[in-house]
Amino acid sequence: MQVYFFHLMPYGDLDIAEADKYNSAWVTIPNTNFDTQKGMKLYNRYIGELELADQLGFDGVCVNEHHQTAYGLMPAPNLIAAALARSTKQAKVCILGRALPLVNNPVMIAEEFAMLDHMSGGRIITGFVRGIGSEYFSNSVNPTFSHERFYEAHELIIKAWTDPGPFSYQGKHYQFDYVNLWPRPVQAPHPPVWIPSQGSKETIVWAAAPERKYTYLQTFSPYPLALKAFNAYREEAQKMGSEAQPSQMGWAVPTYVAETDEIARRELKDHIEVFFNKFLRFPSIEMRLPPGYSSISSTKTLMELKFKNRTSSTIDTLIDNGMILVGSPQTVRQRIEHCQKEMGFGHLMAMLQIATMPADMTERNIRLFASEVMPHLQGAVKPQLRAIA
Amino acid sequence: MRETMVDVRGTNVRMLEAGTGPSLLFLHGIDGPSADPLLGELSKNFRVLAPEIPGFALSPIPDWMMNVGDAAYFTMDLIAALGLPQVHLAGHSIGGWIAAEVAIRSTHALASLSLLAPAGVMPREAPGHDVFLLSGDESVRVLFHDQALADQELAARAGDPLDIILQNRAGLARLAWTPRMASVTLPQWLHRIDIPTFIAWGREDRILPFSTHETFVREIAGAHFLELSGCGHAIPVERGAEVARAMGAFMNGAR
Repeated sequence: MQVYFFHLMPYGDLDIAEADKYNSAWVTIPNTNFDTQKGMKLYNRYIGELELADQLGFDGVCVNEHHQTAYGLMPAPNLIAAALARSTKQAKVCILGRALPLVNNPVMIAEEFAMLDHMSGGRIITGFVRGIGSEYFSNSVNPTFSHERFYEAHELIIKAWTDPGPFSYQGKHYQFDYVNLWPRPVQAPHPPVWIPSQGSKETIVWAAAPERKYTYLQTFSPYPLALKAFNAYREEAQKMGSEAQPSQMGWAVPTYVAETDEIARRELKDHIEVFFNKFLRFPSIEMRLPPGYSSISSTKTLMELKFKNRTSSTIDTLIDNGMILVGSPQTVRQRIEHCQKEMGFGHLMAMLQIATMPADMTERNIRLFASEVMPHLQGAVKPQLRAIA
Repeated sequence: MRETMVDVRGTNVRMLEAGTGPSLLFLHGIDGPSADPLLGELSKNFRVLAPEIPGFALSPIPDWMMNVGDAAYFTMDLIAALGLPQVHLAGHSIGGWIAAEVAIRSTHALASLSLLAPAGVMPREAPGHDVFLLSGDESVRVLFHDQALADQELAARAGDPLDIILQNRAGLARLAWTPRMASVTLPQWLHRIDIPTFIAWGREDRILPFSTHETFVREIAGAHFLELSGCGHAIPVERGAEVARAMGAFMNGAR
């Protein structure tokens, strides 16, 4: 198994009492609640935490993209990745991912990733996503074109990476008379593409297709839902004539370790509850699922699954439904080993900093996880290396 | 009302039809095809044709329809497909915007134009609400000034299938997501409308602010304007009978 540190880079200094005056941590919460002096410290602290992970032997460090939110301060994740490309030495630098439909120039995404591939010495892993529903409010992009733009932008980026330039690309949403990347990417035929998702069937089928075999990354889900998604990925791959390898599946999960189960739970409680109840708060289903963002049937399923009778989360409910990993190193290790056996993933993306978790606590978590949990996992499942089609 | 399907060059739309008399094509508002008592009242004196805008309710959106301009050309094809030589064209909200976009392209087939709180022009003041963020009952309540009528509407809609509600929102988003419910260029071309035009607006409209009527009234020569005090965005429901009578008198004069 390969082990990564996935950082969301939240605005950890959010004044929760103040934020409670608004019904959202996304798009509509006034940015007067953001303190730039604190912001400067946070960016440098968070980048330092990822650099520490590299030094401690993590297989990769991960960043992602969200807009206009206290949940994560990386509207441009490639900027963070650029800093990490220089300051990390061994770890893969993973951008999981960039939201393709939100841009009008996907070629620029291809260019940025190609630059990062050079600066990191071929260490990047890219992620392609559609962005969550709220991004369509903050980026003004029509959500009814989300799927079309994603597929088209994906095709254009892969072509830009692999077809000799210059060539022209004429699509429904994107038209370019000249596509001719300088630089081309280092990794051949192109950097790995991973697909983070919360379990959409359409996405799973698309990622598993034999011409792609993209690594599927399950994020923030109750255990049964994650298990269902991995099973679906394996089944789809099999239907299409291939056997999904562990290296094609990754699980992203908030993780906290301390000396004992009791201490770990006590220390994590406030931060994880604030994370799920405040940082992941949206004013309405409509912001999460804008019209046309998903098919009508998927929208109905999501409304049913995620939003009906939604009560606030407690650390106990989060543990019970398998949303998080928390406890002594032994407890967490055993739980991961159990989950790995059931789910079959080859990549574990541990989210080791959560919401308001302060620097000292985060560092203890990273170090304890790295020394007491990670060594038992790394190499436990040998992800089969494969050429990227 | 009688329900028919119309094939417009391979795209099928569902259409409701009632009454006899001069033809009146009505394009519905943001919540889809229901627009009573307005249409019921109008059908006493007109042959009312109320198609679904593609993307709404049971009429799928064709892949090529990417914006309101496409919807306008589609409406012109629909009028041709129905074989209507001279038709009174009317629309509410998003439908009013499409009707205006038809009229700036050509008034050749039109006897008159009626715009009820039409979208299409950027409001001077920020609207009170983003229609795409409204949830549940609130999304109906903000359409009305008279909350007793909103209560009735909510009761009437209680059994509406979720599929239809989601479809209507997706249809609206396709045409009106960016800029919200408006076109940057429409004001530039409203002057091309050279047929009798009737405009009505609710003073208490919380979706498209009342002051937005000024651009339409200023740019469309000789437009007849009806101000509706104590009325929100849902004109066809909130003041349907009254507006139908005023529209009817106007259209009769326009013939």
